[in-house]
Amino acid sequence: MDDVFSNFDLVLKAFGLTLELLVISGVLSLILGTLLAAFRVGPVTVLARFGTAYVTLVRNTPLLVVFIFVFFALPKLDVQLPFLLKGTLALTVYTSAFVCEAMRSGINAVSVGQAEAARAIGLTFGQTMSLVVLPQALRAVVPPLASVLIALTKNTSVAAGFGLLEATARMRGFTNNNADARTLIFLIFAVGYIVIVEVISAGAFGLERRWRAAR
Amino acid sequence: MSTSVLFDVAGPRTRARHRVYTIVSVVVLLALLGVVLLRMSSTGQLAYAKWEPFLTPSYLSALLLDGVVKTVEMAFSSILLAVVFGLLFGIGKLSEHTWLRWPCWVVVEFFRAVPVLLMMIYIFLTYGAGGDGIGSYWSVVIALTLYNGAVLAEVFRAGIQAVPQGQSEAAYALGLRKSQVMMSVLMPQGVKIMLPAIISQCVVALKDTSLGYVILAPGVTRVGKSIFLEFQNQVQTAIVLAVIYILLNVAVSSIATWAQKKFVGEKSVLLMDSTDGGGALI
Repeated sequence: MDDVFSNFDLVLKAFGLTLELLVISGVLSLILGTLLAAFRVGPVTVLARFGTAYVTLVRNTPLLVVFIFVFFALPKLDVQLPFLLKGTLALTVYTSAFVCEAMRSGINAVSVGQAEAARAIGLTFGQTMSLVVLPQALRAVVPPLASVLIALTKNTSVAAGFGLLEATARMRGFTNNNADARTLIFLIFAVGYIVIVEVISAGAFGLERRWRAAR
Repeated sequence: MSTSVLFDVAGPRTRARHRVYTIVSVVVLLALLGVVLLRMSSTGQLAYAKWEPFLTPSYLSALLLDGVVKTVEMAFSSILLAVVFGLLFGIGKLSEHTWLRWPCWVVVEFFRAVPVLLMMIYIFLTYGAGGDGIGSYWSVVIALTLYNGAVLAEVFRAGIQAVPQGQSEAAYALGLRKSQVMMSVLMPQGVKIMLPAIISQCVVALKDTSLGYVILAPGVTRVGKSIFLEFQNQVQTAIVLAVIYILLNVAVSSIATWAQKKFVGEKSVLLMDSTDGGGALI
């Protein structure tokens, strides 16, 4: 029990790694997911098909299998990457499929008339997207994107099975060494995750309210 | 694609431009595929020996019988238990009594926000490991039940609230009691709305059974691990595992689509996010 509190810096450090994984792969999957969503709604059929295939394949593959790909299969192909990079790569590949779906649902939520009006005044696809559809879609996309980021927060725990010492791996270490206080240790780490999740939730709620007021 | 609202039917110049885009992207995609295949062949990953286990009947039956059956079994039992859990807590969250509503709310929010793997490892180390423990199989099932149950509780709550209010008002006006209103009026209508969301949660449960890998639970990923440790064919095993999961999940998803068409109709879909992590509190 005292082990946890005397080593509390280790708990914080573990959550630091969790946050690091979350932020890096969050930003990367936002970029990749937006690109994929653009492919999927765009006019180039080949890219749209590619986007659909990517999303279908990745969404139906468990994150754990993606981790097996990145951590065990890539080295067999002579691709050597540092651990943190491998973790973020696996999380990014997986999460970007969900970001793509969230973005697409946001674009679909913009009423048809908006896009039609934009086309009617002669805007190109790029202009329609960047000036009319996306600014409105951004509002609709906040709640599903927040869910994706919350899922990502929880998904960083999978890295524990692959040698990254983030919060879940640290909890396993502590529970192994402190048989008398397992439940308390579990609750401490659970609260850590809940705090991160609630911060994302609150942030999304705030953004949603602010943008709704601006409309 | 010409029916999209985002762009007009292309004219000749745009069509020419799109042709260029198409050619460029085909070249890029083929180049990517080529790089991967070249890498695979230069590192000897295309050799037959690496794929042989997946064409050998004894390994195939281990993979399919011990692996897939156990995986589906775990997913199925955890979904069944999760439906019970979800019903209890979902209806509890709708209760008029604060003393009942609050604990249900806390339990649901807690299990939705905590990673499944964290729960799984905790349950396994505390109750599962050792000779008299419940074992890794039930550790996975219980962790998945708690998580999916919490998500389903939200689905049930939203589904019951999606039934038009006039229905329960009419039922009360007929003199039905609270439990009767719930059981004979709201639930039968709500279930129709919830069904697709419940079935898509099955996909999530199915995918999450793979997390049992970390606590050495049975299932297809565990069989895969023993195969790739023996033959050192990580690349091939990962591909086979992914294909198995994709086939299973696509099958389950198509049931969800069918159920949605049959029971809900095209338009009124219960908007629960089907992402891996359950909904945000928004």
